[in-house]
Amino acid sequence: MSRRVRLWLVLAGGAGLAAVLVAACLKLPAFGGDRHPYGDRAVHASLARRTANTISSVNFDQRAFDTLGEMTILFGAVLGCVMLLRQTRDEQRAAPEPADVARPVRRYALLVLPVALVTGIYVIAHGQLSPGGGFQGGVVAATALHLLYLGADYTALERVRPVGAYEVGDALAASAYVVTGLAALIGSGAFLANTLPYGTFNTLSSGGTVPLLNAAIGMEVASAVVVLLARFLDQAVEIVKESGE
Amino acid sequence: MHVLPYLVAAWVFLAGCYGLATSRNLVHAVGCLSVCQAGTYVLLLGVGYRDGATAPVFSDIKPGSRPVVDPVVQALTLTDVVVGATVTALLLALVMQIAKRHGTVDPDELSELRG
Repeated sequence: MSRRVRLWLVLAGGAGLAAVLVAACLKLPAFGGDRHPYGDRAVHASLARRTANTISSVNFDQRAFDTLGEMTILFGAVLGCVMLLRQTRDEQRAAPEPADVARPVRRYALLVLPVALVTGIYVIAHGQLSPGGGFQGGVVAATALHLLYLGADYTALERVRPVGAYEVGDALAASAYVVTGLAALIGSGAFLANTLPYGTFNTLSSGGTVPLLNAAIGMEVASAVVVLLARFLDQAVEIVKESGE
Repeated sequence: MHVLPYLVAAWVFLAGCYGLATSRNLVHAVGCLSVCQAGTYVLLLGVGYRDGATAPVFSDIKPGSRPVVDPVVQALTLTDVVVGATVTALLLALVMQIAKRHGTVDPDELSELRG
């Protein structure tokens, strides 16, 4: 099929899909309406369990089992990337050369690194209270480490980031989530049930199992992002094709 | 005006689909898939919006003092973003393998099977 015929086919199909989508949009409840039965019930359940951040309550309490599935997708994707981006037989590792970094960049990166790392950990730790949580904070903490690559060079980054340890951390965090769920199963008869005392509203220890699951997710996401970026950076910086290929 | 956010979501989704279908570069195609997903974020957040409402976080507002937007769709959007990011990473890894094995990232030139 030539590109031209294909483009016409896409446009025809797209026009049909657009018509159906517009018809569906016109039948949706009006934007900004006041009727949100599920939302109201979620807010009510979250307040009853003394979790200030309703979204964390939905993710780690009311829909904790779905988050287990989401975490498994993340884990599987990281595993797939590690398999796809491994060193093949016709490739070899070259030691990365030290690079010159402009002094303002170096100073700024090294100054911001600890701040960004603490911000990431803060966002994870306060997941049940303020906007944020394990997913968001994990990404911030993991990317903070990579400021070292900008500020110094790849060898310095590799020294603070043993990839093997993060791979183990990823697996440990994923199992910590499952173990917390199993503990609830033994304690109360339901997998991932929120069985711990709910604590005082709007304090760090409130929400029962929400902070625990949130911390497990934070560790999992941080480790996963570090491992992922390490594999992609290896491809860009270290792995070279053998000559004569 | 009551359907505009939904129409924006549909428009973003269709723009991503058009890019996917006409893409000449697999990295560009992965980007277009992200655009398609961005349409679903707009749709989810649009469905959950409530006039004059604030974020469903009660660390600094008194419960019941103000209306809040639907937290269920916000949690779904978070799931959406996470899955989107992991799928993008996996697809980019696949593109790297294709570039290494076939020496091209143009989907039109990838017609033959190679072991």
